[in-house]
Amino acid sequence: MSRLRGLQCRECGHLYGLLPIHVCELCFGPLEVAYDYDAIRPLVSREAIAAGPQTIWRYRALLPVEDEPIIETYAGCTPLVKADNLGRLLGLNQLYVKNDTVNPTFSFKDRPVAIAGTKARAFGFDTFACASTGNLAAAVAACGARAGMRAVVFIPADLEPSKVTNIGIYDPTLVAVHGNYDDVNRLCSEIADKYGWAFANINVRPYYAEGSKTLAYEVAEQLGWRTPDHAIVPTGSGSMFTKIWKGFQELHRVGLVDEAPRTRMTVAQATGCAPVVDAFDRRTLNVAPVKPDTIAKSLAIGNPADGYYSLKVIKETGGWAVSVTDAEVVEGIKLLAQTEGIFAETAGGVSVAVARKLAESGRIAPDETVVVYVTGNGLKTPEAVADRLAPPITIAATMEAFEAALAVDQRGAAAVA
Amino acid sequence: MAKQRVKFTFPPERITQPLIYNMGRQFDVVTNIRRANVTRDRGWVILEISGETAEIERAVEWALNQGVRVDPIEGDIVAG
Repeated sequence: MSRLRGLQCRECGHLYGLLPIHVCELCFGPLEVAYDYDAIRPLVSREAIAAGPQTIWRYRALLPVEDEPIIETYAGCTPLVKADNLGRLLGLNQLYVKNDTVNPTFSFKDRPVAIAGTKARAFGFDTFACASTGNLAAAVAACGARAGMRAVVFIPADLEPSKVTNIGIYDPTLVAVHGNYDDVNRLCSEIADKYGWAFANINVRPYYAEGSKTLAYEVAEQLGWRTPDHAIVPTGSGSMFTKIWKGFQELHRVGLVDEAPRTRMTVAQATGCAPVVDAFDRRTLNVAPVKPDTIAKSLAIGNPADGYYSLKVIKETGGWAVSVTDAEVVEGIKLLAQTEGIFAETAGGVSVAVARKLAESGRIAPDETVVVYVTGNGLKTPEAVADRLAPPITIAATMEAFEAALAVDQRGAAAVA
Repeated sequence: MAKQRVKFTFPPERITQPLIYNMGRQFDVVTNIRRANVTRDRGWVILEISGETAEIERAVEWALNQGVRVDPIEGDIVAG
């Protein structure tokens, strides 16, 4: 009995074979991997998973791969940090941070990309491609390097130099496209149609998306095989958000978690690009596209492919969609770093700031288990906080100069106290 | 014969206008609607436009000039 039933349309339900396709030919709805959970149940156990690799592939039975050799990029199994210091400040006694800053290319994108790359190679593609403003590009380029596949990455021509370096180091074919965001979108759609390359988030998207389920599997395993009361997820396209909920549900379906999940799933966005939050506030499932204008570039997706499905998950789970300003995002980054020693990129600042808002508004009870997902490393977006930090104390190379500066510093600290 | 699959999103002031019909009259393209939703404050239509490539581009340009937002059916492709 096969674990994988095929690709199923999320709109009309039509079932297709396991092919590199992403759109239903009947209604143009998006396709999603469909599993036979009865076939999976006897294949999984807590013990078998614990004995598996310290990567996403320990959950292989729940992932859309068959017998093909996997691309092991050592993604996943990142720390779930009990954030006691931050929790104390927010009045939350069971606050956790899922710290995906430490993945191989320093963002959660390594998870879905490992699966997309594995499937692309299995399907016989010789080129692995994507269009990205940063995290996805680095993950695809690195995965391509490790798998010995050609990687072609499209970026906006005005991408920050540090991000270009972060991607270029893996030596992909790096194409910088002049034009606005919509122009880049349209071009990449046409190229994907014409060239027959494996675009991570286009033609192999159904497989790619499944990688984000591991963010749920790991959290549940790290909590002792239970699901949290709240999950706060920074949201761009909505793919990760919907897949985390799918992951929690699957664990129950295959018997790894005893109780059905009652996690309240909350979308976290930046005010300058909050199409899901806007729709939630208007009490509609229809997401209106927006023009992004936020420092949270990794979440700057104005027309989220999974916006509608994210709103359905929020409705189903009793969660919320909340946005925060850029100033609040920066404060969120600083707060996390200065309480728990984790330096997150702007997306992480979004989820921490939203957690703070929910706590302050009383929507989270003090003893509820809350997981804040932090999806990328702060070194990717240092410019967001660089001029908001206390400058170094500059001294001459003498003990006298040091002690004078220290005295001033301590008097200043005492005055503030 | 080329085909393009797109999502048209109509602003509120355009919802009641037969823009897709007019596009089919003005340009040598065939439109094939697969899904749609129209509410009080906005509407979207997912359709396939068939024809010569240049003519499809002219038709889409016309739709953009009418205030319609035109996106690939996958949503935004450029990811973070």
